[in-house]
Amino acid sequence: MLRIDQATYDAIVAHAKRDHPDEACGIVAGPEGSDRPERMVEMVNAAGSPTFYEFDSLDLLRLYRDMDANDEEPVVIYHSHTATEAYPSRTDIGLAGEPGAHYVLVSTRGHGNNDGPVEFRSYSIVDGVVTEEEIDVAARPVPDPNSDPRSVP
Amino acid sequence: MAVEVRIPTILRTYTGGEKAVHAEGETLGGLIDDLEANHPGLRDRLVESGDLRRFVNVYINDEDVRFSGGLEAQLADGDQVVVLPAVAGGG
Repeated sequence: MLRIDQATYDAIVAHAKRDHPDEACGIVAGPEGSDRPERMVEMVNAAGSPTFYEFDSLDLLRLYRDMDANDEEPVVIYHSHTATEAYPSRTDIGLAGEPGAHYVLVSTRGHGNNDGPVEFRSYSIVDGVVTEEEIDVAARPVPDPNSDPRSVP
Repeated sequence: MAVEVRIPTILRTYTGGEKAVHAEGETLGGLIDDLEANHPGLRDRLVESGDLRRFVNVYINDEDVRFSGGLEAQLADGDQVVVLPAVAGGG
């Protein structure tokens, strides 16, 4: 299951709508091993395409260096489909390189740049096997049970 | 000529879970041969038909090797090599 806060969810949707008809892409980093998506990073789609996305290679290096320095990992890797459903394409599956991440797909095919609902779905992709997972959208940031003493009863 | 090579999560099955390993080589191609000798299977994940795979990014001291000679790129003692799978796809 993907647990994500409403603000991050909304920001991913807004990014997808803004970049439509090109595919939007980015990540949400979180503390290593926490499974908590906390720090969203919009990435430039170096492919600038309605049918393909790719992080710019130097942006990618900088992103991974930052995550290393912060003891973070990519918890969510998102991108949009602008003319097809929010389901991983064969290319998405073949190139998925983070088996521990939630792959989020947003489809903007319904309303493009305009207001209106989008398809927002999440998957794990491991060794070519796609498994859809439930999404729990929390009103507030997902708390860290280990660091906030107020959350201990 | 020791070079540190940072290994991405998805390829750590070849390095016994290690995030970074050391290898030797005058060029990136030589370095990958040396990596293969100690971590069999790794070369095939990096190289295809004698060239770097399209969706694997390799950096020498923060420079993408596609712009500095690919497998022919020269290495010097103390260089750092980073391997990252491209984050890409599309539908």
